[in-house]
Amino acid sequence: MYDVDAQGGGLLDEVEAAEAALRAAAERGAQAGGAGRERFDALIAADQKIEPRDWMPEAYRRTLVRQIAQHAHSEIIGMQPEGNWITRAPSLKRKASLLAKVQDEAGHGLYLYAAAETLGVGRDELVDLLLAGRQKYSSIFNYPTLTWADMGAIGWLVDGAAIVNQVPLCRCSYGPYARAMIRICKEESFHQRQGYEILYTLAHGTPAQHQMAQDAVDRWWYPSLAMFGPPDGESTHSAQSMAWKIKRFSNDELRQRFVDMCAQQIGALGLRIPDPDLRWNDERGAYDYTQPDYAELMRVIAGDGPCNRRRMAHRRRAQADGAWVREAVVAHAKKAADAKKAAAA
Amino acid sequence: MSARSARSAPGRRVGDRAATDLVGYLLRLGDDALIAAQRLAEWSSRAPEMEEDIALTNIALDQLGAARALLTYAGELEGAGRDEDDLAYLRTDREFANCLLVELPNGDFAVTMAKLLFLAAYQHPLYGWLAGSADDRLAGIAAKARKESAYHLEHAALWTVRLGDGTDESHRRMRAAVDEVWPYTHELFATDDLLERLDKAGVAVNPAAVRDGWLDTVEKVLDEATLTRPVDGWTPGGGRRGLHTEHLSYLLAEMQVVHRAHPGATW
Ligand SMILES: [Fe+2]
Ligand SMILES: [Fe+2]
Repeated sequence: MYDVDAQGGGLLDEVEAAEAALRAAAERGAQAGGAGRERFDALIAADQKIEPRDWMPEAYRRTLVRQIAQHAHSEIIGMQPEGNWITRAPSLKRKASLLAKVQDEAGHGLYLYAAAETLGVGRDELVDLLLAGRQKYSSIFNYPTLTWADMGAIGWLVDGAAIVNQVPLCRCSYGPYARAMIRICKEESFHQRQGYEILYTLAHGTPAQHQMAQDAVDRWWYPSLAMFGPPDGESTHSAQSMAWKIKRFSNDELRQRFVDMCAQQIGALGLRIPDPDLRWNDERGAYDYTQPDYAELMRVIAGDGPCNRRRMAHRRRAQADGAWVREAVVAHAKKAADAKKAAAA
Repeated sequence: MSARSARSAPGRRVGDRAATDLVGYLLRLGDDALIAAQRLAEWSSRAPEMEEDIALTNIALDQLGAARALLTYAGELEGAGRDEDDLAYLRTDREFANCLLVELPNGDFAVTMAKLLFLAAYQHPLYGWLAGSADDRLAGIAAKARKESAYHLEHAALWTVRLGDGTDESHRRMRAAVDEVWPYTHELFATDDLLERLDKAGVAVNPAAVRDGWLDTVEKVLDEATLTRPVDGWTPGGGRRGLHTEHLSYLLAEMQVVHRAHPGATW
């Protein structure tokens, strides 16, 4: 089997390097003098981390809350398309790894909500904003998972794109977010590997399995390219985020990196990427490729993807069905505390 | 012949009474765990809290892990070339030997916790006994599963108490759940010839022997949850002989659909 680690490994090395840099910065200690904006600017310039207790511009805080919340919501909503196949996984081994993967995504959501909490916004508040439709999640999860092969395509392409997007975030200037991303990226690389193995097995299986795998790659390819967001010229938040060292590479740079990675792996998978214009460009040292349909991306973000309503309805129902349970937890804790007080009196 | 010698003489396994008995018993244990895992997995992305989503998945993964070890061993001992997937995906409803309790639908969170409490309070002492089974491989599987079921029991007990002694609504739901599920617990302790033979051989314990301990555990939890033990009456059963509720066929249809659509494929 093709060694997916050769690719994933390069990215994992970057995660390790980011972790080492983070530790080194912590050991150096905050060398920036002054206070307020002066100190903030000095910390950013020196590649030091901003920590919750540090002064930060309100816009920096708001940008981070928006981005971390959207990321956390994506992990939680992202449980649904894959959760859709847990009960039908075609082998017990695959069932166990899929269950564990979806569980990891719940864990990622929790780390990220915790990172957002350090900026003074509670998880409940953010979940309410999501359910009210006032905060977004990654539009990729608004596409349906139609066959078992989608578990392979999501792992390879969607988790793969997530890693490419997230590895640079391990060096993000905000400490708690950078630390959460280091932890998450390590797990995401397992997910990508699992997805690759599912696709590889299908592609080298029966003709029906091969066809299922190709169909899944055909359906998920362009939506995965769209995960990197609009082209650089149209991206609204990029420049400021770069200056703050929240973002390190542009949407198009990351998209190119992802295309190159997939183009190198697809042959060994025994499948093809559904882009007749995909070819190596010697001059650029990168693959030329067809852009995804950004009008479709905007439609899906605006709410008209195939599964937007279903994903939100599912989340709202889970939240509503669990309300009586959460109320019971509060009531029981109060009773227990009262009983303790009464016993002490 | 003891299971021990049956295991060490693979050529004579098929048709060997002790080996056949053990295969039957492993399928009962394995099917309990597999069907419990399948039901718990249905909660993924639907739990009342995100932490609980993770906890229910952990329990599902434990049950699935035990099921895989038990079914793999059953297949090897049977000697007909069936692996864990053949046993999970290619048997029919009438060939499944799980108890009815685990196949019941999840219902609300209270029903799920009542099912888990009763199951874990049974599996924990059972696996504890089996950890000393005369059959070494079963003993090894049970020793691992025993530790896991201690956590399942603790988790279900915690929730039963919180819900029973929470709000009026949670109390009402938890009481209804205990009443609904209680009749299905009797089957866990029913005995038959197979269990008696394995008991005599020191391979398995007659489950009737663990009922007192089970009652003790469960009554303590119910008491703390301000709930009362339901009156014994109706005692549905038959799962061990492949006579199930109407629910199992739907569960299997869903679980087996992809595997069965591609005969002979590897995944
Ligand atoms: Fe994730
Ligand atoms: Fe992932």
